[in-house]
Amino acid sequence: MPSPAPLDPRNDVLEVIREKALWIRRRSFQMVYEAQLGHPGGDFSAADILATLYFGVLRFDPRTPLDPNRDRFVMSKGHCTGAFYSVLAAAGYFPETALSTYMQPESMLNGHPNRNYLPGVETNTGPLGHGLPVATGIAIAGQIDGAGFRTFVLTGDGELQEGSNWEAALTAGHRKLENLTLIVDRNRLQQGARTEETAALDPLDDKWRAFGWHVEVVDGHNHQQLHETLTRSPKGRGKPLCVIANTIKGKGVSFMADNVAWHHGVPNKEQFEQAMRELV
Amino acid sequence: MSAAATLASGLFDCRDAFSSTLESLAEADPRIVTVVSDSVGSSKLVNFRKRWPERLVNVGIAEQTVVAIGAGLANGGKVPFVSAASCFLTARAMEQIKADIAYSNVNVKLIGQSSGVAYGELGPTHHSIEDLAWLRLLTNLTLIVPSDPWETEQAIRAAASFDGPMFIRVSRMPVPAIVRKTPSFQIGRAETLAEGDDLAIICNGVMVHRALAAAATLAAEGLHARVINMSTVNPLDDGAIIAAAQTGAILTVEEHSVRGGLGGAVAEVVTTHDPVPVRRMGFPGFLPTGSAEWLLEHFGLTADGIAEAARGLVQSKRK
Repeated sequence: MPSPAPLDPRNDVLEVIREKALWIRRRSFQMVYEAQLGHPGGDFSAADILATLYFGVLRFDPRTPLDPNRDRFVMSKGHCTGAFYSVLAAAGYFPETALSTYMQPESMLNGHPNRNYLPGVETNTGPLGHGLPVATGIAIAGQIDGAGFRTFVLTGDGELQEGSNWEAALTAGHRKLENLTLIVDRNRLQQGARTEETAALDPLDDKWRAFGWHVEVVDGHNHQQLHETLTRSPKGRGKPLCVIANTIKGKGVSFMADNVAWHHGVPNKEQFEQAMRELV
Repeated sequence: MSAAATLASGLFDCRDAFSSTLESLAEADPRIVTVVSDSVGSSKLVNFRKRWPERLVNVGIAEQTVVAIGAGLANGGKVPFVSAASCFLTARAMEQIKADIAYSNVNVKLIGQSSGVAYGELGPTHHSIEDLAWLRLLTNLTLIVPSDPWETEQAIRAAASFDGPMFIRVSRMPVPAIVRKTPSFQIGRAETLAEGDDLAIICNGVMVHRALAAAATLAAEGLHARVINMSTVNPLDDGAIIAAAQTGAILTVEEHSVRGGLGGAVAEVVTTHDPVPVRRMGFPGFLPTGSAEWLLEHFGLTADGIAEAARGLVQSKRK
C-alpha cells in the first residue's frame, strides 16, 4: 500500500494539498455551474479536509479499490459530491473527464455517491447520519482482525442532529475503537439556518468526550494542523478520535462565505466567473 | 399424483435451527459474525457468544446501528448475520436497510426474529406483520420465510453462501417438522408440497403446516388443493404462480398483513399474467389483545379456517 498515495516527486505534501484543495474548489464549482445543481457551500468547507486526507493521510491504491488493507474513507455528508467526486478523480479512481457528466442522465455521478457505480465509494450515503454507524462497523471488522487499516468518516455538523450518530458514538466509545476517526465539518450552517439557532450542538467537544472519544479541535482550512492531527498514530490512544474541524461554509469565494444561501445555491454566469477569479 | 408431504409429531422452535446451523457454519468460516441489539438470548445466540465472544457484536438497544454496523462489517470482509426482533429491526431501521444494505448492495444477512404475531399479547408494537410488505419494495433484497426447522437450516446455509443482501424471517412459534417426499431448497423456487388442480393454496412460514393439514381434510372430501410453499417472497417464483392460476382459484395464507405481503405479491403476478380469483388470508391491521394462537384462530388462520376458505373459493369458481 503506497503511503500516502499518490506520492509527489517534490515531496512537499502541504504544497500538494494546497494545490489539490484549490483544484477541488474550482472543479467542483464548475460541476455545480454546469449541472445547475449541487451543494457548493459544503463542497468548499470540506475541500481542505478532503485534499488533506487523499493527498496526505489515507493509504490506498486507486487501481485496487477493494484491497482489504486499504484505509477507508466514508463520506457521510453525501450531498457534497462536487468536492467528493473531484477528489476521487484527482486521486486517480476515475478519469477527470467523467466529472463533466455530474448529475446528467445515467451518469455514474449521481447527486449522492453510489459504490456500485464508482470505485472509491465505500457505502452509499445521502440520507444523513448513516456514515458514522457504517464506519464504526468497518472499524469493528478491523478491530476483530487486528488489521492495520484506519477508518475515517466525514460528517457535516448539522448532520449530528441525527440520533443514529449518537448510537454509533456510544458503540465506538464502548469498544475503544482507536482505528476510527471522525472529522466533523463544523461550518455552523445547516440547510436553513445556523446550527446553534436550529438545534444547538455546542459544547460539541464535551459531547464527544462524554461518549468516550478523544477530541481535537482544529482549523479545518489549515492543512498543516489537519495533516498533523490526522497522521498521528492512533496506537495506544485507546479511544476513537473526533476531529472538530472549524470551517467556513463557502470558504474561498467572498460572496459565498458563511452565507446560508449557498447550501444548495447554484451560480449564474457572472457569479461563476467571479468565483473563478477569486479561486486562484 | 405423488403423495403429499405430511407432518411429523413434535413441535420445534425455528430459532434453534437458526442458531445451531449458524454455529456449524461459523466453525468452518471465520468470516461469519453475528450482530445483535441486546438480542442475544432472544436470538438463541448465547452459545455462539460463549464459543466466539469476539465474533458477536452487541451494540445495545440500537436498531439503526445494528444494521449499519452489519454493513460496515461486510465492508471489512466479514459475513455478518444481524439478528434482532423483526418488528424493531425492520420498522426502526428501515432507512438503514434501504440505504446501507439494499441500495449499497452489501453482503449482509438480516434475521428477523420472532416475526409475525409470535409476541401475541404484547400487542401490535411487537407484532411484525408489516415486515414483508415494506421490505418487498427493496427489489434486490432476497426475502425468505422458512416453514419449519429443516427449511430454516436450508435458508441459513443458503444465506451464508449467497453473496448479497438477504432477510430471513425466523419464527419462535412452535411448528411441526414437515416430512417432504423429495426435500429440495433453492432460493427463489416454490416448493409444491401437495398436488391438486381444484385450487392452489400459496403460503409460507408457520402457515404451511396448517395449509397441509387443511389440504388433507379437503382431499378426504374429494377436493384437491395444490399446496405451494412460497418460502422465497423475493425473488418470487412467477412460474409457479402462473401455473397455480391454471387451477382457476388461488388462496394465499400468511402470518402477515393481508396488504402487501405474499398475497399482494401473488396478486400482482396473477393480475398481470392470468387473472383468476385470489383470496388473501392474513391479518387486517392492528390486532386485538390475544395470544399468538388465539390471534391465528380469531382470524381464521387455522387448518379449519383455511379449509373453509378453500371450499368457498372452489364453490364460487364453479358458479
